[in-house]
Amino acid sequence: MIKTKINMQAQPNTISANGDYAIETRQLNVYYGSFLAVKDANIKIERQKITAIIGPSGSGKSTILRSFNRMNELVPTARTEGEVLFGGQNIYNLEVDPVEVRRRIGMVFQKPNPFPKSIYENVAWGARINGFKGDLDALVEESLRRAALWREVNDKLNQSGLSLSGGQQQRLCIARAIAVRPEIILMDEPASALDPIATLKIEELMRDLARNYTIIVVTHNMQQAARVSDFTAFLTMDDDRAGILVEFGQTNQIFTNPREQRTEDYITGRFG
Amino acid sequence: MSSISPRETLDRQIQNLLDDVLVMGSMVEQAVKESVDALKRRDIEDARRIYRGDQVVNEKRYDIENRCITLIATQQPMARDLRIIAAILEIITELERIGDYAKGIARINILMGDEPLVKPLIDIPRMAEIAVDMLHRSLGAFIERDAETARAIPEEDDMVDSLYNQVYRELLTYMIADPSTIDRGNYLLWVAHNLERMADRVTNICERIVFVVTGEILEMDISDDEMNTNLPPPQSGESSGQ
Repeated sequence: MIKTKINMQAQPNTISANGDYAIETRQLNVYYGSFLAVKDANIKIERQKITAIIGPSGSGKSTILRSFNRMNELVPTARTEGEVLFGGQNIYNLEVDPVEVRRRIGMVFQKPNPFPKSIYENVAWGARINGFKGDLDALVEESLRRAALWREVNDKLNQSGLSLSGGQQQRLCIARAIAVRPEIILMDEPASALDPIATLKIEELMRDLARNYTIIVVTHNMQQAARVSDFTAFLTMDDDRAGILVEFGQTNQIFTNPREQRTEDYITGRFG
Repeated sequence: MSSISPRETLDRQIQNLLDDVLVMGSMVEQAVKESVDALKRRDIEDARRIYRGDQVVNEKRYDIENRCITLIATQQPMARDLRIIAAILEIITELERIGDYAKGIARINILMGDEPLVKPLIDIPRMAEIAVDMLHRSLGAFIERDAETARAIPEEDDMVDSLYNQVYRELLTYMIADPSTIDRGNYLLWVAHNLERMADRVTNICERIVFVVTGEILEMDISDDEMNTNLPPPQSGESSGQ
């Protein structure tokens, strides 16, 4: 990992060519104060695939997701032990710039949160403050196209981002994340606040994005995880209430023939 | 309020489907037994009844199939639940084919009309007895999710194949000795063929049972017809050594 600014003209995935996986965690433990929220997680996320993280409430799904780009540090009592490797380097090393990490490993949240700015500015702002010197109009268009939003908004780029529907706002947030050229996009229940049609559009968009980006998505919706992902990680709460990784595998195997009984119980809806 | 199992509706629907698979299995077991018995007794009226009865088997199959598809659409079964539904869909197809074999045997009985049997039926009823017993136990294994029994049953297919070869050689001898028996001999060959295929279908059912339990498809049809190509020519008195 480097501390200097990245050349904004670089294409995605050219820099994290080191390491076999997009992200690899080694004995990852995340604490909130003295409470262990995630215990001994060892996960390997494949590049340019969609990995879904599923599990019951309190199993540490969002905590693990946020540990992939150091977002947990925004929580005052949070503490991380173990390693999260990105491009073969531990993102928690002292010399690593967390802002740079969050640019290259972007995030989309459950509730769409566009800036109270125009659609254009929502997409352009992040790139601009990261030192982008090229054609901003082209970047905005490309990002909106990649987020499957361009055709719906190209004639109203000066309108507020907040004037869009929920599904459109979420795609605007995706365009915003894409504009700073990430390699990985983290999604924390990106469709749970959306209607069914908007949800399916986001899912199709995810499949499209996976051609260029690595996607990691936390979802409560098992059918969504089954529809959209290549790999699935199942987390649950251990007896001490810490989140543990129970099973990780190809999605078609997890949903047709899981190895662990706990996984089977959860995905068949007989959990608890 | 007493506790509710989270998948009560799904569990109930699956159980109902399993019950109906047993009912359908029982229908075709009965049809096979009765069709061979009617042939033995040359009871044409009974054969007609069995022939018409295949319609009910088909309707049962389509009913179960529709309910499986509805269940998939409305309950989104996963993992083992999904494998059970997938297995039911395959098994009812196999049962429906077995029902067709019984219908075929009844049809042969009708076609033979007043003609006497070429020879008293001994091996053919024996084949039917074994095949029906295999089917009965395989359906029990399905309900019990008993992979061990399911793995063992296909081995009995060898007995049915062996009897078929015996029937084949014997009928060929009759037909060569007396060409006027060719038609009737041929009919009985078809009956034996249907029963041999029935046992093969039971092997397919057993493969599905293992799939439900383990999630893997295991090819168990090891002594298929294609492997037994060394049947002796009619003139030879040697056994095939099967």
